[in-house]
Amino acid sequence: MSGSASGRSALSAPEPAPRPALRVDGLRIGIDGRVLVDDVSFAVAPGECVALVGESGAGKSLTVRALLGLLPEHADVSADTLEVDGVDARRLVARGWRTLRGARIALVSQDALVSLDPLRRIGAEVAEPLEIHGSLSRAGRAARVRELLVDVAMPDPERRARQRPHELSGGLRQRALIASALAADPAVLIADEPTTALDATVQARVLALLRRIADDGTAVVFVSHDMAAVRRIADRVVVLRDGRVIEHGPAAELLAAPRDAYTRELVLASSRTPRTPPAGDAPVLATVTGVGKSFDRPVLRDASFVLRGGRTLGVVGESGSGKTTLARILLGVERADTGAVAWAAGVRPRIQLVHQNPLGAFDPRWTIGRSLREALAAGGVPRGRRAPRAAALLGEVGLDPALADRRPAALSGGQRQRAAIARALAADPEVLVLDEPVSALDATVRARILALLDGLQRDRGLTMLLVSHDLGVIASVADDLLVMQDGAIVEQGRAAQVLDAPQHPFTRELLAASIFESSP
Amino acid sequence: MDRPGQSRTIASSRSGALLRRTGAAALSIVLVLWGAATLSFLAFRVLPGDPVSVMLGPQAQVSEAVKAGIRADLGLDRPIWQQYLSMLGDLLHGDLGMSYQLRMPVSEVIGRQLGATLQLTAVALAIAVLLALAGVLIARRPFARGLLAAGELIVLSSPVFWIGLLLLTVFAFGLGWFPVAGSRTGAGLVLPAVTLALPVAALLGQVLRDGVEAAERQPWALTVRARGADHTRLTLRHTLRHGSIGALTLSAYLIGSLLGGAVLVETVFARPGLGRVTLAAITGRDLPVVTGIILFSALVFVIVNTLVELAAPFLDPRLRTSATAVDEAAPARPEARR
Amino acid sequence: MRLLRRLLLALAVLVLAAVVLAALAPGLLAAADPVQTHVRDALLPPGPGHPFGTDQSGRDVYARVVHGAGRSLGIGVLATGLALVVGLVLGSLAGVSPRPVDAALMRTNDVLMAFPEFLLALVVVAILGPGAANVAIGVTLAAIPVYVRLARAQTQVLRRAEHVEAARILGVGAFTAFRRHVAPGVLGALSVLATIGLGSSILAAAGLSFLGLGPTEPSPEWGLMLAGGRNVLGQAWWIAVFPGLAITLTVLAATFLGRTLRARAEGRRP
Repeated sequence: MSGSASGRSALSAPEPAPRPALRVDGLRIGIDGRVLVDDVSFAVAPGECVALVGESGAGKSLTVRALLGLLPEHADVSADTLEVDGVDARRLVARGWRTLRGARIALVSQDALVSLDPLRRIGAEVAEPLEIHGSLSRAGRAARVRELLVDVAMPDPERRARQRPHELSGGLRQRALIASALAADPAVLIADEPTTALDATVQARVLALLRRIADDGTAVVFVSHDMAAVRRIADRVVVLRDGRVIEHGPAAELLAAPRDAYTRELVLASSRTPRTPPAGDAPVLATVTGVGKSFDRPVLRDASFVLRGGRTLGVVGESGSGKTTLARILLGVERADTGAVAWAAGVRPRIQLVHQNPLGAFDPRWTIGRSLREALAAGGVPRGRRAPRAAALLGEVGLDPALADRRPAALSGGQRQRAAIARALAADPEVLVLDEPVSALDATVRARILALLDGLQRDRGLTMLLVSHDLGVIASVADDLLVMQDGAIVEQGRAAQVLDAPQHPFTRELLAASIFESSP
Repeated sequence: MDRPGQSRTIASSRSGALLRRTGAAALSIVLVLWGAATLSFLAFRVLPGDPVSVMLGPQAQVSEAVKAGIRADLGLDRPIWQQYLSMLGDLLHGDLGMSYQLRMPVSEVIGRQLGATLQLTAVALAIAVLLALAGVLIARRPFARGLLAAGELIVLSSPVFWIGLLLLTVFAFGLGWFPVAGSRTGAGLVLPAVTLALPVAALLGQVLRDGVEAAERQPWALTVRARGADHTRLTLRHTLRHGSIGALTLSAYLIGSLLGGAVLVETVFARPGLGRVTLAAITGRDLPVVTGIILFSALVFVIVNTLVELAAPFLDPRLRTSATAVDEAAPARPEARR
Repeated sequence: MRLLRRLLLALAVLVLAAVVLAALAPGLLAAADPVQTHVRDALLPPGPGHPFGTDQSGRDVYARVVHGAGRSLGIGVLATGLALVVGLVLGSLAGVSPRPVDAALMRTNDVLMAFPEFLLALVVVAILGPGAANVAIGVTLAAIPVYVRLARAQTQVLRRAEHVEAARILGVGAFTAFRRHVAPGVLGALSVLATIGLGSSILAAAGLSFLGLGPTEPSPEWGLMLAGGRNVLGQAWWIAVFPGLAITLTVLAATFLGRTLRARAEGRRP
């Protein structure tokens, strides 16, 4: 399904139009006979930010590589037009591409911790494009490096330039990566999921930086699966699915009123509907007072809250906030150093965990069915009834019972997560702890898993504790909310109240960084 | 943020950490040597048989009185703990005892032959490093790399003494380019050094290439290529350093390979050196010399290991901030590593 | 490329099969007597009747190579097998022990692992004295540290692995979880390592025999034959070359097979 208007007309503006910094028409990429990208066309003008969105497998990474001439040798590439800063790149060989890369078109990847050479100093990394393309002296390069670091708002640039990537925080590292991409003053900057590995508050700042870079005249291609980020900085959006352009157009229009059904699904999945709180008060299941825990340093400090039966408690915080440790203490896997967890029933009820990484949580050599049956056996189900119970569980989580014969690696991410939920349910728990259950999933799959959890809670009367760094996810499932920072609970209460009127500055920051709005 | 005083405290804590590590290293050297000495002492005392009889050989028709005299001479009639303490005391003075067979101080026995072995080992190491580096830089495409890997596998599967014999057959007896024996001339050093170098070069090349290949698959390598860098730049400025880290952790094993190989190669080419001494001592049951050589090897090892541990943070700055040495830096045999 | 790999793998298996056959039933492959001397036939080059030539005492080199397979392969298999069992026990124990015990054990093991097997075996023989039995002991002891390290590493990794923790949370008992989820992985890894380690043990034993520290004449041990061949290298290269070739091919085949198995087990394309 291609976009509603014909490919070109939406892109070419009435005369006089600035020459696009990047122009690609009819891009086609095939590997081993399979066509993975088919007839992709778009153009980016200087000063414009075009977002390339799509879920995994849409062909975004391949397109990016094609724009840089970095596709594997055995790949089959063709295009009607491929113009990078006015240079026809279709017939270029390796040497030709090397003159383009860095100087006219540059790349910023995900996660600067692994995208920068960990053994080299920041200054050396930023200076490398200058060494390759420029003719500056050593002193000249040093000055330019400083200039670039100041440009990306790097505090204390001289000191930072002498440090190595692991010595910088995530946000500063990403800035350094951006600085190194801009060093040789390219006309086009491709940002491939540049903020996915960052915490929400840091994300917002890096996105603002990218917007500023675009405003300063660079053509920015923003590749992402995160519609919220796209909403923030893109002028136009190109939606990819299975290697084809599904829809494209100005960002505001497309996000407000998407024409294609798939685009609508994507946009919907990223806009969170705040949950309607259930009526009435719920019985207290557990009272947690003053719980603290240290490993080599304090991880959790003086946590006190109440867990209510039949409702979902969302725990939100950035990495290192102690939220996972808190969940593990409730599970009984970790023991608190201080404080106590007092269960209403006197003893810990049946409580199970859905892991963050379902691939790791299953024995890779066992089939799903076998893992489920083991869980049932441990839960005391007699041998004869295990197989039918396993099939029933799979059905309950929306999986075809035939999948029981597959190994975890043969399932998709969403299927694995459902299987992990099924296994946790096998022990018939009263409380379900979920650690980042949807963070690794695509937006549309995410929405469906959250809906599944909602349904399960209603049907089984489950109490759920959901831990996440994504406030949007929490907002759409939590009845009550704990906001954590640096091991302490900084704010708590009814989710609707906290999100409507946040008291603590950190909560406000989190809210500002995560975009969500009511459903259209 | 940063205050001016902070950088000073950071610097002084860094040098403090270095001091502590050096101290710990020195301690471990002493511990290992003490352990090796004690183990050797115990091992020899535990074995059945009278050392004097073994030493004299089964054929010797010697009276008990003479044997007792020899025993007293060598101090073997004293209580065990006395012998142990006096051995430790001697060690502290650098006295390794007296060779049974040669009636010379062990340190002299080792010292005399050390030079020849060192010469051979040093030249072999240099050749090996050159070969390994050449392999990494020259072989870029998968085909060339595969070919090189196959060659390395063949070399590592061949006994080093067989390689030596082959080289002798072809180059000395066959083509006559090099002398068959003799350690006087430089030419006489070529074949032994090359023989000794080949397995080391194969191993080093393998590890280096694996490290470089792994580094090339990292996300940051994509960033480097996206800047317009060519393969030479990527290798020389980036991946080689990563690959060297893996090679560095193998240093002790490589030294061991060189030492063991030296014994074999010196035998093949009839060269003087520690190999000859070791063999004679083993077959002649000359326990002090054997103990001396074991201690000497232990010393070499632990020094190399310590140097590597101290040098590691310089090569990999990620290790500097954490106090514990990274697990991957522990010495390991190549097959198990991979 | 795939085809080449398959071909090489088949060759490796073939070579190993031939060596095993030579070890178990040498008479089937070589008719001549490896020990009987025929002084008149000394130092004959390879030719009809003597495919590998004859040595100083007129013995058929081919027959000696075939009969020597038993010794070399035997010692390799014995050493590897014993070392694997001991290593598994020690390593698994270390993996489940409290930290100080584990640390002490592994520190010692690390020191031992820094030495190549040949060197370790040499030290053992130096202490025990020359002889075929002592060579066997030395090679076995030298092989142990590698298995200890791997067994312990695997045990640790698997113990902490998420799917083991998941099983424990579900209520599966500790020992049962270990038996079901940890042990099979450890055994698998060890077996693969053993195939590769076989080569190292054979090389170490051959080296010691070459130095004269192992079996004595007239035993047809490959390393020993090489030593004998060295003395007459100028006149009769075949005496040293063929036994060495046998060693190389055997170790090559075993190592290649082991590496392929490991690549398969790790899920990589071999």
